[in-house]
Amino acid sequence: MNERNKKISVQNVTKIFGKNAKKAAQLLKEGKDKNEILKQTGATIGVNQANFDVYEGEIFVIMGLSGSGKSTLVRTLNRLIDPTSGVVSIDGKDITKMSKDELRETRRKKISMVFQKFALLPHRTILENTEYGLEIQGMEKETRKNKALESLRLVGLEGYENQYPDQLSGGMQQRVGLARALANDTDVLLMDEAFSALDPLIRKDMQDELLELQSSMSKTIVFITHDLDEALRIGDRIALMKDGSIVQIGTPEEILMNPSNQYVERFVEDVDLSKVLTAKHVMKRAETVQIDKGPRVALQLMRKLGISSIYAVDKKKTLLGAITAADAKNAAENGKTLQDILDTHIQMVDEETLLTDLFDQVSTASIPVAVVDANKRLLGILVRGAVIGALAGNNEAINDFENEVFTSKLLAKEVLN
Amino acid sequence: MEGLLPKLPVANWIDVFVDWLTVTFAVVFDGITVALESIVNGLYSVLSVVPSFLFMIVLALIAWKLASRGIGLFTLIGLFFIDNIGYWDGMLQTLSLVLTAVIITILIGLPLGIWASQKSTVRHVITPILDFMQTMPAFVYLIPAIFFFSIGVVPGVVASVIFAVPPTIRLTILGIKQVPTDIIEATEAFGSTSKQRLLKVQLPLAMPTIMAGINQSIMLSLSMVVIASMVGAPGLGADVYRAVTQIQIGRGFEAGLAIVVMAIILDRITQNIGTKKQKN
Repeated sequence: MNERNKKISVQNVTKIFGKNAKKAAQLLKEGKDKNEILKQTGATIGVNQANFDVYEGEIFVIMGLSGSGKSTLVRTLNRLIDPTSGVVSIDGKDITKMSKDELRETRRKKISMVFQKFALLPHRTILENTEYGLEIQGMEKETRKNKALESLRLVGLEGYENQYPDQLSGGMQQRVGLARALANDTDVLLMDEAFSALDPLIRKDMQDELLELQSSMSKTIVFITHDLDEALRIGDRIALMKDGSIVQIGTPEEILMNPSNQYVERFVEDVDLSKVLTAKHVMKRAETVQIDKGPRVALQLMRKLGISSIYAVDKKKTLLGAITAADAKNAAENGKTLQDILDTHIQMVDEETLLTDLFDQVSTASIPVAVVDANKRLLGILVRGAVIGALAGNNEAINDFENEVFTSKLLAKEVLN
Repeated sequence: MEGLLPKLPVANWIDVFVDWLTVTFAVVFDGITVALESIVNGLYSVLSVVPSFLFMIVLALIAWKLASRGIGLFTLIGLFFIDNIGYWDGMLQTLSLVLTAVIITILIGLPLGIWASQKSTVRHVITPILDFMQTMPAFVYLIPAIFFFSIGVVPGVVASVIFAVPPTIRLTILGIKQVPTDIIEATEAFGSTSKQRLLKVQLPLAMPTIMAGINQSIMLSLSMVVIASMVGAPGLGADVYRAVTQIQIGRGFEAGLAIVVMAIILDRITQNIGTKKQKN
């Protein structure tokens, strides 16, 4: 990623709820923690000195458990909640210093929001709900209707314009929420647990659709969630929050592979690694013999390595088959070539196969399963012990691909799909 | 205890205060009297011009449309019954009084309720006053009402308004406060002005609750008609009052039944104004 524009910049944002905000702020500076401050002053720390930037066109996920301050933090971005101190800039303008009129204008033109419980107006039709943001700007009726219809079409709700929110399912209601936010055509979209109230299957659909919409619209999205799977799936970067503080910011794989502290580690622990790791991550180096060598060479190699079978490849490392020690011995005695005794009925998997899809093959295979790339070139083998080790969270069993193909999004996007 | 503190001359203070009010605001009170009197009389003369059978049919149709066929039928039979036992004119007088009281209740209650829902200081001031209005026995403020507005229908209307306005105010506040916070947040997040928020979101969503308050106000002002008759307001209340003082049990019940029929008709019709709209 090259030079990127900062769309939102959050500097030292703190929100303290309660009366003794000043004293609490002082204690916070002294490094006291949330519970201690609550005990001493009765004030609750909503957000504690949060710092982060969101770049244009990225999906920035703020994730944390309930009470971690993530919803408070996102509300400081459009000042639904006024931060106690700190700076929130949108396109370089400090929103905390804006007048009422400027703030209203910013909310109308720059930031829109999608809510957890949809927050639709029950007395208005789907179309009227979608129009709401434009209507209050005084936009002419026909224009705003067309814009609203267009964004309803984007979220796949054509034909529902004249229904009322309570006639729609939860998933559809949230599409209306999304359409309402899109109709305003703002650069920034805040999504507060937007999919959390939906059931898992619908949630996944909505995530897919959001990613699809995002690929064509390139909005700057700040997405709040308590669900790590969701964060990994849609986030370009993730900020993890605990007790009002941001404990780690990074790409999904940075957070998975290098949890910055115990808290993050515990979080990440719960991720089903079998749905994250692929064959590539757990394979071991494969011992091979070239097909044009004699059976004695193969036998010698196996003896030296203490293995009972070996994979045969050609000069380009294309996998041809397997050779067992018994067959090789037989061939050496009877003057056959490796080609004659080659076992071509071997198990192969693609390097991108998820562990969860490998269990069956790995557990029943008589010789280690071969990992190949798209051109059938042998990359490695799957040894049972290493697979189990990786699942157990043993980092030594997981290959480090930091300098290879394993750059952005691999885990979050492809793997979890 | 008695010896420690002399008795506070509360009664005396109030007497002085009422005297002062009567004199100082005589012009204002006279104006109000004239205005209210002409509203009640105007309503009455309009209603009494309409032939009773036409009135019955129109009201029955309204009840059918707003509530149900059953209520429509009840309205028709009920009104016929009132006419039959000879209380048609009394009912029209009572209806004029109640309608006037309700109109004034809405004119005062709705804006106050809206104001109080937006500003907590207003709410804190208004709540104890409402408590006072609802619990202070009506007879107590009936007497100063005679001083201010003299005898007749006007002190009856004023007493009815005082007694009936609290539910409208309270339920307007409640209805607006009950609008879910996330909906309010959403309207804020899209950049609504507070006027837009009130008119496009809070009031429409609060409407069923506000209507319930107005319905309560109507019922309460109906329950005041007998008391109002003691200061000279004409109508069914006066019939009841007369029957009671002359120990005419049968006539008392007749007039009382007429009030009950009126109450049921007004209640069922107004109960359904707010809710019916929401369903469509």
